[in-house]
Amino acid sequence: MSGVDTPGMIVVGASLAGLHGAEALRLNGYRGRITIVGDEPHRPYDRPPLSKHVLSGELAADATELPQRADLDARWMLGQAVIGLDRHAHTIGLADGAVLAYDKLLVTTGARARPWPVESGGTLGNIFTLRGRDDAARLRAALVAGPSRILIVGAGLIGCEAASCCRSLGLPVTLIDPNLTPLARSLGTWVGGVIADCLKDAGVTYRPNAQVLRFEGDATGRVVRAHLADEHVVEADLVIVALGAVRETGWLKAAGLMADASGLTCDAACRTLDADGAPCPDIYAAGDVARWPISLYGDRLISVEHWGNAVAQGGHAARNMLAPADDQRPYDHLPAFWSSQFGINIKAVGLSEGADTVAIVHGSRASRRFLAVYGREGRSISAVSFDQARWLPAYAEAIRIGGAFPPIRDASDQDRIVSGLPGFPPPRRVSGSQVSGSQVSGSHVSRSDEARHA
Amino acid sequence: MTLVPQTIDDAEVPLRVVVDLNRCQGYAQCCFAAPGVFDVRGHEILFYDPAPPRARRGEIERAVHACPVRAIRMQAEPGVTQ
Repeated sequence: MSGVDTPGMIVVGASLAGLHGAEALRLNGYRGRITIVGDEPHRPYDRPPLSKHVLSGELAADATELPQRADLDARWMLGQAVIGLDRHAHTIGLADGAVLAYDKLLVTTGARARPWPVESGGTLGNIFTLRGRDDAARLRAALVAGPSRILIVGAGLIGCEAASCCRSLGLPVTLIDPNLTPLARSLGTWVGGVIADCLKDAGVTYRPNAQVLRFEGDATGRVVRAHLADEHVVEADLVIVALGAVRETGWLKAAGLMADASGLTCDAACRTLDADGAPCPDIYAAGDVARWPISLYGDRLISVEHWGNAVAQGGHAARNMLAPADDQRPYDHLPAFWSSQFGINIKAVGLSEGADTVAIVHGSRASRRFLAVYGREGRSISAVSFDQARWLPAYAEAIRIGGAFPPIRDASDQDRIVSGLPGFPPPRRVSGSQVSGSQVSGSHVSRSDEARHA
Repeated sequence: MTLVPQTIDDAEVPLRVVVDLNRCQGYAQCCFAAPGVFDVRGHEILFYDPAPPRARRGEIERAVHACPVRAIRMQAEPGVTQ
């Protein structure tokens, strides 16, 4: 496996997870060939700035290329989509007809933005999604053109960050979401109400409990308005569709793996599972695309789109790719994400799904500086800070060990612990739970179907 | 196929910087070491330039070492193969 004459390792997905996986192969002593295949023409880049400083014009879209180890010594095949996997032949097929052999494969193909349906106006001009670097560059150019009103569909982290940026540029914004407040899926409406207040102060028109049915275009095919389920109409000449992501698993359709639009299922060691549920010893997955049993939350199958997961899981999978079959270590991860919007630094740890209580344990919602802990059946399961990040590590530790709810009492700056119902919308059932949103936000958010309207 | 510049000593090739903002605790030491490349906005939002000019290399190296939680990573050499 270490000789240069063997096919070596192939990483499918020139992404954050793919880069960290490739680097971890080298860090763990692998000296054979590493091939990194990516469908975009770019080296791995960082997504979190795209929905923030790239939209605002402070950074160019091509500024976010990620640092990489000088000794990575990889063969890059960029601008090449992978269209198939033959597990038995140990090969992948590229769109241009090339076939590449591998000893072991790391799948880090990530996800793509969920598009607006074609039949309800999805092909009209000036309707954007925001996921990749090219998306961000196109959207930035359209913002510079000075639209008269922007409609953002979906108030997850991407939708909210985009709204924040557009307002900072002085552009009129309407934000539509099926829930009572922004970020309702990830933080609940009790905490989400703070962002609703921020939206209001920033001059965003927020339309809760609303759904877009279809977009209408003008004679030139550009979007001009949206028709809502409540029969209202919103005039908008630029639309940002921020409805989460769909996992890039289409190329695995005939591979005989457990894969669908919500992920590629792995065991705890990041090994993909075949259709019968048996781990494939030579095909691993990491990052947004991977769906695995998370031990901290009862081995629930989840996929996590957060930046930190891409880094950690890419590295972990690579370590296991080099380890013998009897030393496949389980991936132990506490999900975490950050976002910045409306001047507030939001950071979170843990999975809030299923929380029955939330408590403000430092600060207050009114001041927009606080730390909130989410509890379930008396245990602390997640926490979020708004401009109070210094407290978060202590709470992360409590969550990691399944500490009582709330885990810290009588701290010197705790006046009174205020608690309430988190206000999560009823769960949507999809195949496997998804903690997603996007690395574009740094971040997270939303289950990938979070704000689906159509 | 690749868009990455190949020449190490090309002054036009920017450095590459990334900060793990999960790890970042807002100590702001980087802002003192390399002002402008790193900047705290609001109470605790860290803004940074992921592609600063090569001339800032020494300052950014100091920022990398000054970070109490080791959240900053910089690539100075392109290190490109093929």
